[in-house]
Amino acid sequence: MPAEPPVPPVRAAKPGQAGKRWSTRSRREFFVFLAMALPNLALIGTFTYWPLINNIYYSTLDWTLGSASATVVGLQNYVTFFTSEEASTVLGTTAIFTLVTVGGSMVLGLLVALALNSKVRGTTFARSAVFAPYVLSGVGVGLVWLFIFDPGYGVLAWILRGFGQQSPQWINDPQLSLVMVIIVYVWKNLGYCAVVYLAGLQSLPRDVMEAAALDGANGARRFFSISLPLLSPTTFFLLITTMLSSLQAFDLIRIMTPLGNGTSTLIYEAYLQAFGAYNRAGYSAAISVVLFAILLIITVLQLRFVERKVHYS
Amino acid sequence: MSAPTPAVVVDSPQENAQSAARQERPRPFSTTNLIRTVATGYLPLILATLVVFLPLLWMLLSSFKQPGEIVTMDLKILPESLNLANYATAMTTVPFAQFFANSLIVTAVGSTIKVILAILTAYALVFVRFPFKNVIFVLILVALMVPAQVSILPSYILIAGMGGKNTLWGIILPGLGTAFGTFLLRQHFLTLPPSILEAAEIDGAGHWRRLWQIIVPVSVPSIATVALVTVVSEWNDYIWPLIITDRPETMTLPVGLTLLQNSEGNGAGWGILMAGAVLVIVPILLVFAALQRYIVAGLTQGSVTG
Repeated sequence: MPAEPPVPPVRAAKPGQAGKRWSTRSRREFFVFLAMALPNLALIGTFTYWPLINNIYYSTLDWTLGSASATVVGLQNYVTFFTSEEASTVLGTTAIFTLVTVGGSMVLGLLVALALNSKVRGTTFARSAVFAPYVLSGVGVGLVWLFIFDPGYGVLAWILRGFGQQSPQWINDPQLSLVMVIIVYVWKNLGYCAVVYLAGLQSLPRDVMEAAALDGANGARRFFSISLPLLSPTTFFLLITTMLSSLQAFDLIRIMTPLGNGTSTLIYEAYLQAFGAYNRAGYSAAISVVLFAILLIITVLQLRFVERKVHYS
Repeated sequence: MSAPTPAVVVDSPQENAQSAARQERPRPFSTTNLIRTVATGYLPLILATLVVFLPLLWMLLSSFKQPGEIVTMDLKILPESLNLANYATAMTTVPFAQFFANSLIVTAVGSTIKVILAILTAYALVFVRFPFKNVIFVLILVALMVPAQVSILPSYILIAGMGGKNTLWGIILPGLGTAFGTFLLRQHFLTLPPSILEAAEIDGAGHWRRLWQIIVPVSVPSIATVALVTVVSEWNDYIWPLIITDRPETMTLPVGLTLLQNSEGNGAGWGILMAGAVLVIVPILLVFAALQRYIVAGLTQGSVTG
């Protein structure tokens, strides 16, 4: 590349100053930027934004996947979904799955974080250990737990037999299937909450805690009156992120309950409708749009509330 | 709490006793103190670690067990021998070696391209002059929040229309645009002191040289974070390869495991399925064990900025 006159890079990095003069230099910068950023931006546009718009269009079609013809039916797919009994089942399952997994991961995560925050040896190792399931394949983890839950030959059934109990029918009973998937999901994700809470706990001002101890507040009192309120930004952050990921949970649900009885959340129902037995593409797209709307509302809420607390730049 | 607090006035009886003991003589290894440390410090940690490890250990042990050791009413904890028959069966029932190779290719190619694209875009956003950079950054932030899951159908139609069904490029292509990596690296580049580029400016080095000779070498930890998080998510990715492949030749490991589950999903097949689970879980577990610092940091980004 030819030599360029020196320009302080700080100024170049600041937005709003660019493009004021259209000199040879800025023209060159313009093309350098395009060369570097355009491939990525084009990919994001083509495979993130374009499908999003298409999805809304497909949701207005009566269309069988693989068929060459489709009829525009407007909002009919949405009407069908919301007036059917399916809507209450799917939305109810989604709500239960999301609320219980979010609550479970956060409460257990906080407890684990408190344990990790103690000054004993081995916390670093334990911290990595509890985080590990979060990075493992949902399919692999789902199979391992499916074996543990197996009513015939699973470890859980064996333990229950030790107490003279029969194993519940985790796989055949729709309600128990949901319970099973929720347990495994919490197992897989609580390490994430624990590590984030731990970072929050470690950033709490020490002098405040010491002053409270001096004032005679015991451990529980210090936790509920000081730590927990001071952790509220962390709690809020986790609430949003875990809610978003619970709403998108797919791998565990798909592998543990291939037929989706009792576990059809919005995302799983959208998948089953298009790629399961029915090939109802338009209907599936409508469910996806409903899911996207929910995710969008949560994201917007987050941005409104944390504007001042989370700095993105 | 096991941490010694400099308590002077305390009114809980427990802490009273402790401070009384301390006044007598500070004995860190007294029995009460030891029990307290174990009960409040070690016990919860050991419990949490066991809850994570036992299922994974069970997977590994079971992968060596023969059907007779699994289909039984009394639990056999240890396998009779370190028999690799389940692994062999998994390989012959479905083309497991092919799945493994496909996963490696998808992960390696996908991650390499994504990391390079992230570096280039982040550099351009921070160090190159361009109008509307803020608008572009917001569009990337929004894309970060749009999950691939909500647009599986249109992506499927798009890629299938391009002839990408049952191809490796069809698996890789839609995920290549990277909002996460760009975001993370941009945040890092903004923290670099401008002075590190000054020498290069005087030398007259162009953007390309500045990027690869100065910015990249000082950003290795951040790039490693992006790379590792990308590798983990590419390896584990399930919903997209599941939809875009239906022939074994191009399936990745997680999809192949689904196929194996269909053929071995009866009681006797658990050993084989566990062998399959080991093959998908253990590589990531090893990567995580070696480089967990970067992975944890990358995945919990954003939480500590508040």
